[in-house]
Amino acid sequence: MSVASVAPDRETIARHTARRTRRNVIADGALAVATGATLLLVLTILVVILFDVIRHGTPHLSWAFLSEAPRDGMTAGGIFPAIVGMVEMVLLMTLAGVPIGVATAIYLHEYASPVSPVTRAIRLAVANLAGVPSIVFGLFGLGFFVQFLGAGIDKAFFGSDKVFGQPALIWAALTMAVLTLPVVIVATEEALRAVPRELREASLALGATKFQTVFNVVVPQASSGILTGTILAVSRGAGEVAPILFTGAAYFLPLLPKSLSSQFMSPSYHVYVLSTQSPDVDATKPILYATVLVLLALTFTLNIAAVVVRARMRRRNAGGAG
Amino acid sequence: MLAAAPFWHRAAEWLLHAMAISAVVAIVLILVFIAKEAAPLFYSHEVRGEVTLGKMLAPQLWPGYDEAASIWQPVSDIPKFGLWPLVLGTIKVSIVAMVVSVPLGVGAAVYVSQYAGPRTREIVKPVVELLAGIPSVVLGFFALMVMATWFQNIFGLESRLNALVSGVALAFAVIPVIFTLAEEALRAVPRSYVEASTALGAARWQTIARVILPAASPGIAAGVALGLGRAVGETMIVLMASGNAAIVSASFADSTRTIAATIAAELAEVVFGGAHYTVLFFLGTLLFLVTFGINSVGDWAIRRMKRKLGSAT
Repeated sequence: MSVASVAPDRETIARHTARRTRRNVIADGALAVATGATLLLVLTILVVILFDVIRHGTPHLSWAFLSEAPRDGMTAGGIFPAIVGMVEMVLLMTLAGVPIGVATAIYLHEYASPVSPVTRAIRLAVANLAGVPSIVFGLFGLGFFVQFLGAGIDKAFFGSDKVFGQPALIWAALTMAVLTLPVVIVATEEALRAVPRELREASLALGATKFQTVFNVVVPQASSGILTGTILAVSRGAGEVAPILFTGAAYFLPLLPKSLSSQFMSPSYHVYVLSTQSPDVDATKPILYATVLVLLALTFTLNIAAVVVRARMRRRNAGGAG
Repeated sequence: MLAAAPFWHRAAEWLLHAMAISAVVAIVLILVFIAKEAAPLFYSHEVRGEVTLGKMLAPQLWPGYDEAASIWQPVSDIPKFGLWPLVLGTIKVSIVAMVVSVPLGVGAAVYVSQYAGPRTREIVKPVVELLAGIPSVVLGFFALMVMATWFQNIFGLESRLNALVSGVALAFAVIPVIFTLAEEALRAVPRSYVEASTALGAARWQTIARVILPAASPGIAAGVALGLGRAVGETMIVLMASGNAAIVSASFADSTRTIAATIAAELAEVVFGGAHYTVLFFLGTLLFLVTFGINSVGDWAIRRMKRKLGSAT
């Protein structure tokens, strides 16, 4: 038997090739459609949540809702004290957390050797800090800030009075500052990485010291990245509940927080309490939806602002390099 | 002659260095201070009179029960601190979350990185970031108020709040984590891999399935690991949507209680320093160590991928 007789003729090859091509076209299409469908599904989740919250939240939303305190056991009135409480907490959190986060990023990117054990320890800590469950931050806030620092301050300055040794605005803000630290560090470092090396070299060549170069040339260039990190941290801080459960959030306070040792209300905590512990679900439902709408509008506005700031920064850097 | 840097420059730099180790200090303080509150479980006579690690792990024969069981009833007349209902609940909810979020996250990442044009990507990525930005309390609220009713009607479930609803809601929080890392990994695969595969006559789907996905697998694995870490530790969603019944059951339709939700629900009402308080901090320490382990694996996978793909180009 000759070899030629078992070799497929041209027609067979063409037929096989055509079949394989057809199969591949179908498989290609199927993969594109299947993965495209998963993307659509993911985007649908967001749209459905938004639609539901806007549809049920807007009817109850009014100026009075934003500017009045809750009344009649949370079944009437607004969320003004919660908004004030959140703003105060987030301001304190920013004051405490952002400088430390920015300093860490500057150290990591401008000063530290990338292979030194200190740098590696810091990077490992930042990565893992970002993954610590928020409820663990709550436990930490209670164990460290309230029980240890707060009680310590009380013992030293207030005798037997409980002033700082209990859940308070300042402890919630500091707990949240630790939680949002990685957000600030990552965003700032990304911005520092985008500053062209030539700028640093030009500054050093002009006789500026390292310190002058970093703080007069590099950091101003990275300011929008610092802003992005701050916005994202604020958005995260405004929405988290678990870390403030035991460190300062209150269900209902007739007065606005007066000092650092006061407890405070927050829209995020308000949502949790209203949806799980309401004595009259039907009466609180419109208020609940309106509160969720306010919270969602706030976090979305902040996140979109962060996206815009970052996009502008990238465009400017791309333009500068070209 | 160059002037020497003024003293305050050096002082400021020194301060900068000191501040930079704050992340390390924070993570150490977190572990030390939650472990410190959990430690009496191992030495305090008072606490050990009520509960020991052995009693938490081994099923106990409680008065009124026919056989030994692991039961979580910390505020009954005879406090019972059996861990297994909570561990099982955490595993069940995490399984649901991962079964939903891995295919969706990776599938969407494959589409965006392989098929979509740059314009689509520019829109999709910020939109996914918005999904990631939804506070977990809002997802929990949505699961509790809306999804629970849908699921009950569709599947005819007995209890409105259960492992299934909370797991799916949890998946919404996990999807952005997996998507972002998977998309980054898929896009980092060098063009030369794709060109080589195509030149060998592979079809598009063959290139994606047999070249691109395997090359990006460490990054995808990292995304899955970080997503799992999030699922195991997430509190508000499961607290609001799982029903919080600490029962041992294999069914995903039953009400479920997780470790994180237990801490959130019970810590506000316990006696400081008591047995219950100590056990809750022990659970927190456990949660910290487990998520720390999972996240370290994810972090390691990310660095491995960067090294691997970095040297390939």
